[in-house]
Amino acid sequence: MNGFDWNAVGESLPLLLEGFRVTLLATVLGTLVAAVLGLVVAMAGRAPSRLVTVPVRLVTEFVRSTPLLVQLVGASALFNTVEPLYTGIAVLGIHYAAYTSEVYRAGIDSVPKGQWEACRALSLSPRRTWQAVILPQAVRNVLPALGNYAISMFKETPFLAVITVQEMVFEARKYGADHFAYTEVFTLAGLIFLVASYPTSLLMRKLEKRLGH
Amino acid sequence: MSDFFSLLVEEFPRVRSGLWVTLQATVLGALLAGVLAFALGLMAGSRLLLARGVSRVVVEFFRGTSLYIQLFWLYYAMPLVTGYELTPVICGVVAFGLNFGAYGAEVVRGAINSVPRGQYEAAIALNLSPARRLWKVILPQAWVQMIPSFTNLLIQLLKATPLLWLISAADLMTVVQQLRDRTGETLTAYLTLLAAYFVLAYALTMLMNLLERSAKRRLGLDTGAKSLFKSRSAATTAVGGTR
Repeated sequence: MNGFDWNAVGESLPLLLEGFRVTLLATVLGTLVAAVLGLVVAMAGRAPSRLVTVPVRLVTEFVRSTPLLVQLVGASALFNTVEPLYTGIAVLGIHYAAYTSEVYRAGIDSVPKGQWEACRALSLSPRRTWQAVILPQAVRNVLPALGNYAISMFKETPFLAVITVQEMVFEARKYGADHFAYTEVFTLAGLIFLVASYPTSLLMRKLEKRLGH
Repeated sequence: MSDFFSLLVEEFPRVRSGLWVTLQATVLGALLAGVLAFALGLMAGSRLLLARGVSRVVVEFFRGTSLYIQLFWLYYAMPLVTGYELTPVICGVVAFGLNFGAYGAEVVRGAINSVPRGQYEAAIALNLSPARRLWKVILPQAWVQMIPSFTNLLIQLLKATPLLWLISAADLMTVVQQLRDRTGETLTAYLTLLAAYFVLAYALTMLMNLLERSAKRRLGLDTGAKSLFKSRSAATTAVGGTR
């Protein structure tokens, strides 16, 4: 086959965009899981007992150092009765929680020690200390980094195609195989990623500058 | 449980060749990425608008379009466009090199910018040529800053190598999955595979720690032997995004 088949581009675009909705959905839900779970892990990492902190540390280290693809394929083989999209979101969320927990940890560490002491002096309960004093300051510092992880996750959602989630790359591969038009669909899919992720990166950079990182 | 491990021992030559493919892709990909990172990162600090522009476009392109798509494009689409086919492992090396090179370029740029302005001025005052200024003054200091981020990228590159399975290179993941199919022991197989990647990642981290220590020594900053065993998470103290 020679040349670029514009027909294939026009024909596959709606399919890719349909898949792109799933890509976005997985990214948004995965980010939510990562944002919440990461905070839980970071707080558990500050527990007073080493019986809690050491296992938490080991597990996050393990999850961070092992490939997402293996985790995905393994999880989907083990839980093969679960809808692949849910498995995918859970694995993406857990994988990235191991990263975001580190970000939260740095964010929590950046809250001045005096703030903790002030809370103790005012005899606030631990819950109130976290809720009213520490977290509002920590989370503000952490937002740009969370955003960057959301962008990375977005670029890794194509992994979900492997466990048959019908996101954009899944559709691209299918169309490519059916019509032997890999060049067109993969170029198109790459461009869609670029168009979606570049402005977001720029926005994050601006946000980071404004927050003074 | 024991079935899987006995088969693993029995098929050891294949496992070893899978491991070799994974390591090859990691090391060659990292080398290509390193070269590109320095080339693009130095170009980004150039006075020439053209050099800066080219670097910016290349970096944003490869960071923006997802590694997965780049790899697939190289494997499926490139032969159709150019009539030239790469072996799966080379495809992987090229895709990993380009993608992580783009991320690495940002690391190089940032590290060079973080060298205090006074160092440039002192080097100019001493009448060093631009090449010697870079080589003797700026890079040794920037290099120490780069290593922790490079370690992160290297681990991410290692973690991307199972993609080779999708373009039918017989890497570690492919081989272990074949063993799984023959024994049906899903959990054992994947845990073994994850553990193998974990060990590889930790070994690479320690190698990079060694590199960091020697780089710091050259600047007269000594670090204890304990720093060699520290894991990556200790290195990522910056709140900013790592990729």
